[in-house]
Amino acid sequence: MAEVLVYVDHVDGAVRKPTLELLTLARRIGEPVAVALGNGAADTAAALAEHGAVKVLTHDAAEYADYLVVPKVDALQAAYDAVSPAAVLVPSSAEGKEIAARLAVRIGSGIITDAVDLEAGDEGPVATQSVFAASFTTKSRVSKGTPVITVKPNSAAVEAAPAAGAVEALAVTFSDKATGTKVTGRTPRESTGRPELTEAAIVVSGGRGVNGAENFAIIEALADSLGAAVGASRAAVDAGWYPHTNQVGQTGKSVSPQLYIASGISGAIQHRAGMQTSKTIVAVNKDAEAPIFDLVDYGVVGDLFDVVPQLTEEIKARKG
Amino acid sequence: MSLRIVVTVKYVPDATGDRHFADDLTVDRDDVDGLLSELDEYAVEQALQIADEADDAEITVLTVGPEDAKDALRKALSMGADKAIHVEDDDLHGTDAIGTSLVLAKAIEKAGYDLVISGMASTDGTGGIVPALVAERLGVPQVTLLSEVSVEDGTVKGRRDGDAASEQLEASLPAVVSVTDQSGEARYPSFKGIMAAKKKPVQSWDLSDLDIEAEEVGLEGAYTVVDSATERPARTAGTIVKDEGEGGKQLAEFLAGQKFI
Ligand SMILES: Cc1cc2nc3c(=O)[nH]c(=O)nc-3n(C[C@H](O)[C@H](O)[C@H](O)COP(=O)(O)OP(=O)(O)OC[C@H]3O[C@@H](n4cnc5c(N)ncnc54)[C@H](O)[C@@H]3O)c2cc1C
Ligand SMILES: Nc1ncnc2c1ncn2[C@@H]1O[C@H](COP(=O)(O)O)[C@@H](O)[C@H]1O
Repeated sequence: MAEVLVYVDHVDGAVRKPTLELLTLARRIGEPVAVALGNGAADTAAALAEHGAVKVLTHDAAEYADYLVVPKVDALQAAYDAVSPAAVLVPSSAEGKEIAARLAVRIGSGIITDAVDLEAGDEGPVATQSVFAASFTTKSRVSKGTPVITVKPNSAAVEAAPAAGAVEALAVTFSDKATGTKVTGRTPRESTGRPELTEAAIVVSGGRGVNGAENFAIIEALADSLGAAVGASRAAVDAGWYPHTNQVGQTGKSVSPQLYIASGISGAIQHRAGMQTSKTIVAVNKDAEAPIFDLVDYGVVGDLFDVVPQLTEEIKARKG
Repeated sequence: MSLRIVVTVKYVPDATGDRHFADDLTVDRDDVDGLLSELDEYAVEQALQIADEADDAEITVLTVGPEDAKDALRKALSMGADKAIHVEDDDLHGTDAIGTSLVLAKAIEKAGYDLVISGMASTDGTGGIVPALVAERLGVPQVTLLSEVSVEDGTVKGRRDGDAASEQLEASLPAVVSVTDQSGEARYPSFKGIMAAKKKPVQSWDLSDLDIEAEEVGLEGAYTVVDSATERPARTAGTIVKDEGEGGKQLAEFLAGQKFI
């Protein structure tokens, strides 16, 4: 069976969920061979094996942390040369897309970014994408070279499928371009203890209607009652009420949770671009004409300062 | 010596309009109003600020696109860029990101450059990969997705706010930079700027000027094929209630019914 290269996104050996989803999709096309780089690379093996990786190629070097993107491209290319895979799958993070793109040019292949589904086809893997702020769904293929495809989080269910997951050291020689962009400082993002926005099953977002940084406590309380991640519209982020890392939309995160709750958000096209594919959408807005209501499964026309705390209390009461 | 800045800008269909596909499954650029991609305005803005700080700088805006893409160049010129290059050729219709990066890289090399500045993503394709592709092709450092950028003594520095961390980056020129919409509001063209833009030079290049064969680009040369594009069915109308004091409880009832509680 053909092998499919899967680029592993991990933090010091802890595999992030989108990579496990990628393994599910990879198994539809062939046998997943994982590539894990950097600090803790070998520690990823158990989780990857449990989800179907037949092999885990690992390599660690200071270059991965000290220089931007290119060392990882060099390593992925080394893995590509070693395996000659039928396809290369990479999680659709900002960095993942850049790594994938540069690999594609180097190996003379086409690239598809931000796939939301993937299936085997007669002429190679067929990728589903959601475009124009999710108003269209396209199906595309790579027609030249080995398909390089990046896949968005929440595009498939994580499935256990135990495989060998044999760890092998990958031999990597860095190109002279690898050290072009130096990382001179790094401030890790503080953990909030809440789920990762792009990975969360439920996202609770607030917009301009929240009217102040301190009022975001209302949104956070609702999120915590549901074990949800917190999102924000750009208006709320630009006002300085919530960090940009939590922005949902075209220039923020794109989320596709089971449930999206928007409070005090009008539903501009750029916001919709980042949440329209959510399974169930709920909104609280005092303006009955707000475009967000065109998307909802359930909407409450009302003041969020009344509705949201009542909802939170009711959820807590029901959960006992 | 003067700092030569090339800003890559894309002409895109208006996101607030009715965007759709043409019969050949390429993005329809004829039947919809287009404009300079809003995210590329941030690139033009940062170029203007960097040029202000430099002793001597020249900003060239570059687009690859159809006839109407001149509008995007005009807008960038009216914001304050010095000159423009329009790569236009019928054979470019349907070019994908790989092909676009080839054309941009060749044009940037022909124009001469110390610094390339791009937007974080185009508002139509939203790939966010062209700057990395251009850097790969040019063989120069990529310093991308910056929310803060500065250039001094032949070095570009910037801050990249990633998922896990915020990173400080540094590279020697020549380099390819891309900036996010967190980098600072883009200025509006002044009346004077709009008048001045009319006199600024716009060069037109075609594929032969860049030594690119027609087969390398366009729909034929594309590395990807779109087999189908389907309009997403409108979401079925949901239940909308007016809060009469029980709105939160009603919402909880709905969520419980959907097994979220
Ligand atoms: C290139 C570009 C990229 C962009 N990227 C993004 C992006 O990534 N994400 C994003 O979100 N936006 C983005 N935007 C901005 C977008 O166009 C909108 O401006 C933004 O989404 C509006 O945020 P909002 O809905 O919170 O604010 P508004 O549009 O001002 O809406 C506020 C809503 O709150 C309601 N409200 C007010 N008070 C209350 C109350 N007490 N109770 C209940 N409801 C109340 C109002 O009725 C209104 O509907 C982008 C724009 C551009 C041009
Ligand atoms: N046809 C084009 N002409 C000029 N610049 C482009 C073109 N396509 C993409 N770019 C540049 O590349 C950036 C990222 O685009 P993309 O990878 O398509 O999302 C844009 O913000 C532009 O700066």
